[in-house]
Amino acid sequence: MIELRGVSKRFGSDYALHPIDLVMNGGRTTALIGPSGCGKSTVLRLIVGLLEPTSGTIVVEKQTVTPADLIGIRRKLGYVIQDGGLFPHLTSRQNILLMPKHLRTAESDSQRRLNELCELTNFPADGLDRYPVELSGGQRQRVSLMRALILDPDVLLLDEPLGALDPLVRSGLQTELKEIFQRLKKTVVFVTHDMAEAGYLADTIVLLQSGKIVQHGCLEDLRERPANSFVTEFMSAQRSLVQL
Amino acid sequence: MKLTRCIFGSLWLCVLIVPASAQSLRIGSKAFTESYVLGEIAKRTLADAGFASEHKQGMGKTGIVWAALHSGQITCYPEYTGTISEELLKSHGEITTGEMQRELEPFGIGMTGELGFNDTYALVMPKELADRLRISKISDLKKHPGLRVALTHEFLERKDGWKPLASRYGLNMDHVAGVEHTLGYDALLAGKADVKDAYSTDAMLAGGSFSVLQDDLGYFPTYKAVFLYRLDAPIKAIVALRTLEGEIDETRMIRMNSEAEKTKDFTEAASLFFNPAFRKSAGGGAHAPQGFDWTLFLHKLAGWTLRHLELVGISLVLAILVGVPLGIVASRPGSLSHVILGVTGMIQTIPSLALLALLVSVPLLGIQVQTAIVALFLYSLLPIVRNTATGLQEIPSSLRESAAALGLERSAQLRKVYMPMASRTILAGIKTSAIINVGTATLAALIGQGGLGEPIVSGLAINDNRTILQGAIPAAILALLVQFGFGLLDMLLIPKGLRLPAHTE
Ligand SMILES: Nc1ncnc2c1ncn2[C@@H]1O[C@H](COP(=O)(O)OP(=O)(O)OP(=O)(O)O)[C@@H](O)[C@H]1O
Ligand SMILES: [Mg+2]
Repeated sequence: MIELRGVSKRFGSDYALHPIDLVMNGGRTTALIGPSGCGKSTVLRLIVGLLEPTSGTIVVEKQTVTPADLIGIRRKLGYVIQDGGLFPHLTSRQNILLMPKHLRTAESDSQRRLNELCELTNFPADGLDRYPVELSGGQRQRVSLMRALILDPDVLLLDEPLGALDPLVRSGLQTELKEIFQRLKKTVVFVTHDMAEAGYLADTIVLLQSGKIVQHGCLEDLRERPANSFVTEFMSAQRSLVQL
Repeated sequence: MKLTRCIFGSLWLCVLIVPASAQSLRIGSKAFTESYVLGEIAKRTLADAGFASEHKQGMGKTGIVWAALHSGQITCYPEYTGTISEELLKSHGEITTGEMQRELEPFGIGMTGELGFNDTYALVMPKELADRLRISKISDLKKHPGLRVALTHEFLERKDGWKPLASRYGLNMDHVAGVEHTLGYDALLAGKADVKDAYSTDAMLAGGSFSVLQDDLGYFPTYKAVFLYRLDAPIKAIVALRTLEGEIDETRMIRMNSEAEKTKDFTEAASLFFNPAFRKSAGGGAHAPQGFDWTLFLHKLAGWTLRHLELVGISLVLAILVGVPLGIVASRPGSLSHVILGVTGMIQTIPSLALLALLVSVPLLGIQVQTAIVALFLYSLLPIVRNTATGLQEIPSSLRESAAALGLERSAQLRKVYMPMASRTILAGIKTSAIINVGTATLAALIGQGGLGEPIVSGLAINDNRTILQGAIPAAILALLVQFGFGLLDMLLIPKGLRLPAHTE
């Protein structure tokens, strides 16, 4: 479970995030959605501790995020950044096993875990010894996901995991992700632009606008009981895109 | 592993070389033929008196050699009375030898009597041009302000140099440029300059292609050669040096100078002085020039190259050990970064020669190999620091975030992600430093520390291009080899993933 209590983030005089209260339940999948620049990535960065909140406290799995506990908390989180963030000087295998190696996990354990993840994400074994530049966009996303999952974290944070992919690959991966989320039973928070994707993958949707939460609920709530005219507009804009 | 052993080996070697000579006497000389020859004469004289001695050839200009004598890095060196009174004692007007000796005493420095010859400054012109324009005295130059004057930098700057000379004679020349001494003679012969300063015992004057202009107003002070020595030198050594008083007249000196320039062998030229026949008549014919001795050359070349590699290697390793951490600090935003990049950048703007001269005057350094290494080290810093800093700064913020979000500690982020990713840029910086270093290390010879600069410096001193090339060509080849070597090192040290061509989708 992740809890944000009165959390805000200000850059200079501009609020990227106004004080918000948000609870993301354990074992559930939450989607953060909203127009570009509304503060979606900021929420994830605050949770991982890449940004320090201007006000408020963040609690991840009963542990308050403080600079002193950051290393420990981060190892319980799997975080996939917007463009994957794979290290170009390491092969897929080296990227994935970077942390287990660093923590001196037994070779056989991490190898077993790697095999499980390859099977889970449908990643071809021969891609493990290739460098990121030698992989396709979809394969890179799978490797990023495996790297985030290798330490078996309690929480998985994904920033537009399917953002840069072409529509066909994207819809294929959506199906796979849904399956993965169901099998993992982890607390998942992901960012997306696409309401259909949010509705398909998430139990709960958080709609943000200019650093504020406009509505928090399931797809039904947003469609049937919009909180204000912005929600209505946002939903209809997304629908008309799909109908094109 | 092998590399570290190699580095420590050479550091150790360096430690061995330096104090090994502490027991023997050291003779210094300035970077021109006559000073070299006098230094060799002193060496032989001291050897005959039973002292093992070492000659630090061509240490540089007056200031450098004087500082070395004053700080005890050398025991004696040949100097001229005019320089002593004007440059070292800064006295106004003529003073006698006795007065000089008294004024030097508080410095802990003694002075022998005059050796005999007077090597004063003179202005010279190509004989043919002087005859054509009917110029025989310095005053005659007043009528020809268009003549191009090429002066040594030292003469241009000396208190008793060009400026007071020009005002004394009322000269108002249009073109006055600073040119190295032997290159100045080349310029005169090639018709690129018309007048230059010279020493009255210059070997170049023996051939008759140049006219010495008469100092009709008696401007130049006398420059009688003497030896300066430390008063704490062994008495027997001082006595031995004093046996040279009055023994070397102008003809003998010009003869030895031209012998030195012909044979490129100062020891050989100096040995003339100890030849009884030479002492009777200085006139005689010169030796026939000898054929080129390849074995000797290759032997010397190996020595120069090894020394050069030692200078470059040690200073480069030190620069890496200091420069990379400094670069890491400088890669982080903040005022410390500005300070580090500012200071290392400033060092780079000091001309290498000036840096060397500055360091020589630092108390603990002086004329020794450490000084050359410190200078090279300082010179190598900037490219390494700057490239390390930019290499690290260029890492995209998304990858920094990834590294942090994985839960790696800062040191582990640096070791596992940042450094490998910046390796290409850092290596490029080290390569730049190494190549600059190979070239700059030739300057070590200016303070008598050998390397491939040794033949270059002596070649310049004796006006011989062939000798210069003996150092310049190997130095250039060495720079190319270093470049090539780093190409191989790139393959070894830069992670393969960074060398792959970018994927095009
Ligand atoms: N380091 C920063 N300094 C200043 N402003 C920032 C910084 N990071 C983000 N912002 C601002 O905060 C706001 C929210 O940014 P954020 O990255 O959270 O948007 P987003 O919702 O993820 O957008 P997108 O969908 O385009 O990724 C934006 O207006 C952005 O310009
Ligand atoms: Mg974003």
